[in-house]
Amino acid sequence: MLSQKKNKKGLYIALLACLAVLALVVILENTLSPTGMLFIVLRKSAVYALVVVSMNLLNGFTGLFSLGQAGFMLLGAYTYAILTVPVEKKATVYYLYGGTSVNFSITDFFQGIFGSTGAGGGVALVLTVLLALILAGCVAALFAWLIGLPVLRLKSDYLAIATLGFAEIIRAIFQWDTLGPITNGANMIKSFPGFSDFNIDLGGGNTFYLSTFVPFLISMVCIGIIVLLINSSYGRAFKSIREDEIAAEAMGVNLSKHKMLSFCISSFFAGVGGAMFAMLTNMAQARVYTSVMTYELLLIVVLGGIGSISGSCIATFLYVAASEWWLRGLDAGEFLGIRSPLFRTGFRMVVFSVIIMVVVLFFRQGLMGDKELPDLFKRRKKQEVAK
Amino acid sequence: MDPVKFLPFLLSGISVGGQYALIAIGYTMVYGILRLINFAHGDVFMVSGLLMIYISASLPLYAAVPLVLILTVALGFLIERVAYKPLRTAPRMSVMISAIGVSYLLQNTATYVTGGQPMNYPTLPFVSQSVSIAGSQVTWVTILTPFLVLALVVLLVMLINRTKVGMAMRAVAKDFETSQLMGIKINSVISMTFIIGSALAAVGSMLYFTNYPYITPTAGAMPGLKAFVAAVFGGIGSIPGAVIGAFIIGICENIIKGLPFAGATTFVDAFSFALLIIILVVKPTGLFGEKATDKV
Repeated sequence: MLSQKKNKKGLYIALLACLAVLALVVILENTLSPTGMLFIVLRKSAVYALVVVSMNLLNGFTGLFSLGQAGFMLLGAYTYAILTVPVEKKATVYYLYGGTSVNFSITDFFQGIFGSTGAGGGVALVLTVLLALILAGCVAALFAWLIGLPVLRLKSDYLAIATLGFAEIIRAIFQWDTLGPITNGANMIKSFPGFSDFNIDLGGGNTFYLSTFVPFLISMVCIGIIVLLINSSYGRAFKSIREDEIAAEAMGVNLSKHKMLSFCISSFFAGVGGAMFAMLTNMAQARVYTSVMTYELLLIVVLGGIGSISGSCIATFLYVAASEWWLRGLDAGEFLGIRSPLFRTGFRMVVFSVIIMVVVLFFRQGLMGDKELPDLFKRRKKQEVAK
Repeated sequence: MDPVKFLPFLLSGISVGGQYALIAIGYTMVYGILRLINFAHGDVFMVSGLLMIYISASLPLYAAVPLVLILTVALGFLIERVAYKPLRTAPRMSVMISAIGVSYLLQNTATYVTGGQPMNYPTLPFVSQSVSIAGSQVTWVTILTPFLVLALVVLLVMLINRTKVGMAMRAVAKDFETSQLMGIKINSVISMTFIIGSALAAVGSMLYFTNYPYITPTAGAMPGLKAFVAAVFGGIGSIPGAVIGAFIIGICENIIKGLPFAGATTFVDAFSFALLIIILVVKPTGLFGEKATDKV
């Protein structure tokens, strides 16, 4: 009873904190220069955070070492892009293949109902993006189920290499010329709704910016669902599989069912994240989603702490901010006021990989270990009581 | 189908297979002893290619080749000592993450050093020259590779079966802890494994990159992964298995390249991975692997 009350209190605090962050994002974006580096970083980290958390659900909480995340992101991105490019723009996007064989678009469908301008256009846009994101997730989850049937029987490194291979196969298929009328071959798909379409034009040169708020909102809702899942009985079953498969099975946890569930859910959110990544970059192209991307995501999970959701979120922000923004000077020739001929293109990533290696070798817990942000406050309170 | 048309594909398949074999041996030996997929091995292979470019620019070839071999071996040794040795008691996943980290570091360093530009690989005298076989032009390297690989493999198998170091390696691969109790110096055996693996990767990179006009920082990732697939296919831990697996993959890949349907080349990479998944699911021990219970 008591713990339930406490949990509820925690939930309200978490909800309030999320709302506060969302409000802050909206206020900041509309007061500061919206093209600043801060917002580019915030947008990208919101998208990455979701994918990283979905990877953590699989690798950190269920103990299934999978390296297929980029493949599922690719599936999500392409599903989103193929379904939302407006029909009239398809001819220009698919000009190499003389048009496309997918002759409908969710965008047109909703704009047909609600109109394409004003408030109706807004409703149409929201519904389009929502439906397309969910479909993107579903396609990724469906493929995860198909590949999971044979592959989830494998353990640790064998599972890793098999899922990595799966991601490469997916990438090859999406670049196949014969599928060109659907996937546009190796070329990019563009002209679909992105985050900047959410900015509201108030007229007279004024704009109400929402392009950072939207990825934050979607990401938060999805991560919230993952957190609820982890705290449920399913989550406890996942953790028991991570700790000891044999013991978990002996306690009545259905191993294959729970592994599959975790794999599909993780892939669902990776698919949604992939679709958001396409919205962020305003294009979907298969060659972006390489194994290097998966490695990057895995390293963020390790930085944040394997098995910590808040750790993953913080690490994502630090990683994106450091690689896109704070360490830029290392590439441009001047960093913290120091000039050196060593500082040229690529040096930033070298420094970065060294930092990552140091974390991997000497701080294996990462930022948070397996603790969450609220745990840190709890401990402090206890210490105060002890005093 | 015209067999003469397929001959060049078959020949280059055998050659590429031999080059994969040299990398695959490094994977299979390390996996046999440490149970670690050394993700950085493909990048060591790439770095070896870059070293060749830089060194051969200032030194004559007869000095450059041994120097590249020594430096690659030193790199492999260093990676093991710095990135894997401190994690010897850690869970397997941590070591694998460390390997991925090393791979990331090597790729980024290569990007920095080369400035992200593709680097032209030097033309080696004699081996880059073409010769005509049954009406198709092939380079000497294509013909030499399989023989060189076979010679090296015979030497390696003799080393493992006949010498004291080889016996120690077999013992460590069989049972890590017991061999330690029997007085085998684990660390030097593991270092030896990495040294042999890196040396073979260096030879492989000289043969492999001769066929390609240039090297990019990610050039090692794909051949590395394919060599790993070959190692799994042949039964991980088994050297003859890795070699045969590599030849099969190399030949199949090149025959797919020659297949007459649109976009066949797209599936060259996908084929290896499809084969990997099928092998893992149907026969996880591979062609020649010993039975192990911890895989599935």
